[in-house]
Amino acid sequence: MSKMGSRTWYFEKPVYIQATGTSVGPLEGEGPLKDTFDQIHAELHCGENNWELAERRLMTESVNACLKKAGVDKTDVNLFLAGDLLNQNVTANYVAKQLETPFLCMFGACSTSMETLANGAVFVNSGYADHVLVAASSHNATAERQFRYPTEYGGQKPKTATFTVTGSGAALLSKQKSSVRVESATIGKVMDYGTNDPFDMGSAMAPAAYDTIKTHLQDMGRTAQDYDLIVTGDLSAVGTPILRDMLAEDGYDITEKHSDCGLMIYHSDQPVFSGGSGCACSAVVTYGKIMEDLKQGRLTKVLVVATGALMSPTMIQQKETIPAIAHGVVLLREEGS
Amino acid sequence: MKQSFDQKQYNQTIKTYQPKPNYFINCLKAFVVGGLICMLGEGITTFYVEVFNFSEKDAGNPTVTTLILIAALLTGFGVYDKLGQFAGAGSAVPVTGFANSVSSAALEHKSEGLVLGVATNLFKLAGSVIVFGVVSAYLLGIIRYSWKIWF
Repeated sequence: MSKMGSRTWYFEKPVYIQATGTSVGPLEGEGPLKDTFDQIHAELHCGENNWELAERRLMTESVNACLKKAGVDKTDVNLFLAGDLLNQNVTANYVAKQLETPFLCMFGACSTSMETLANGAVFVNSGYADHVLVAASSHNATAERQFRYPTEYGGQKPKTATFTVTGSGAALLSKQKSSVRVESATIGKVMDYGTNDPFDMGSAMAPAAYDTIKTHLQDMGRTAQDYDLIVTGDLSAVGTPILRDMLAEDGYDITEKHSDCGLMIYHSDQPVFSGGSGCACSAVVTYGKIMEDLKQGRLTKVLVVATGALMSPTMIQQKETIPAIAHGVVLLREEGS
Repeated sequence: MKQSFDQKQYNQTIKTYQPKPNYFINCLKAFVVGGLICMLGEGITTFYVEVFNFSEKDAGNPTVTTLILIAALLTGFGVYDKLGQFAGAGSAVPVTGFANSVSSAALEHKSEGLVLGVATNLFKLAGSVIVFGVVSAYLLGIIRYSWKIWF
């Protein structure tokens, strides 16, 4: 591994994604990416008694699907890196308990998917682990309870609000050659541009995505044209144009190459306000649709920038602003595997 | 970075990117739905007066109770939150909105048990309404009482 520029990690000894697994809720299962998910639940409870158990089930399923596809037993996993949005990261902790693998818990709000993937690649690259399993999850109802109001509360949300994706995505990393390689990763800085509206995460996170993408392109000496796709996690319909215009002002035109997972996962007529959000948003889109496109050659070089609003309801009530972070990971299609 | 997305001006700049709420349509929806809820209340009052021979005044309490029951049921069936998104203040301000805030909290915290879950969190949202309701009633009561004594 070597450091490129100020904060980009380039993995010299190639790290590959052996397999990925996804499990999602009902609304995601009706969306345009429905054929790319391993498991779809018709009901938000996912057959469990409460929302927290439902989210845990989603993560368990995505992990199991991933291990099954890779043909790797859980006892061969040297490290499990995972996180979610709940207090004390309970989903990840309890799934790790079931898995009985060495575990490091991570929190990066909705950037957790790429935070775990980047760190997992570091452990494989450096030889401290042969198989690293990474996962992230979110559930619409647990997030509502954690950050907003009870699920059935009849409050009106503004159009700038986002809709937390119900689902979980997992990936298994190792040095064994496969069709998708993790090439590099750019670690984000916490950016706070002074927004304080918890119903407008896109505006809060756009500066973090801007900073990470700009730094990544500078560190690697690349332009947006070097990528087939630059995809952000959950900037939604509000944050997406802000990010594009911020980068355009600095002379980086990404518009043609850019998509947002929060806009890809739902149809525009689904009741999701300005788009999807949550840890699962970037996780299920990357580990579902984008992985499939890479494997089948529709994409060859993708920069995934997972964006996270490091928001706490207590801090918002104490009139603090919303800090945000974004981590970028480059995925490459590896020919001849 | 140029001036427009400067950190200091960011909140100002992004306003053009944020979809604006349509205040007129929102007010209209709130007016119609709020009005319909009140009309339903009138209908229930008339029912109690005509069928059970309540006086107009006595019919008030059973009317409110009936509206609360309906709102709680609609909350449980997952309808009231959709109505709330559509109607805004129209469904939040009437007593049905208060019932929704209590029953939605009860449903949400059922998984943590009856005492520490449901009972503790029952007034999580409605608590502030009760506090300010009691305080303002108390203050107005004092003013009214003093007015009577002095004038």
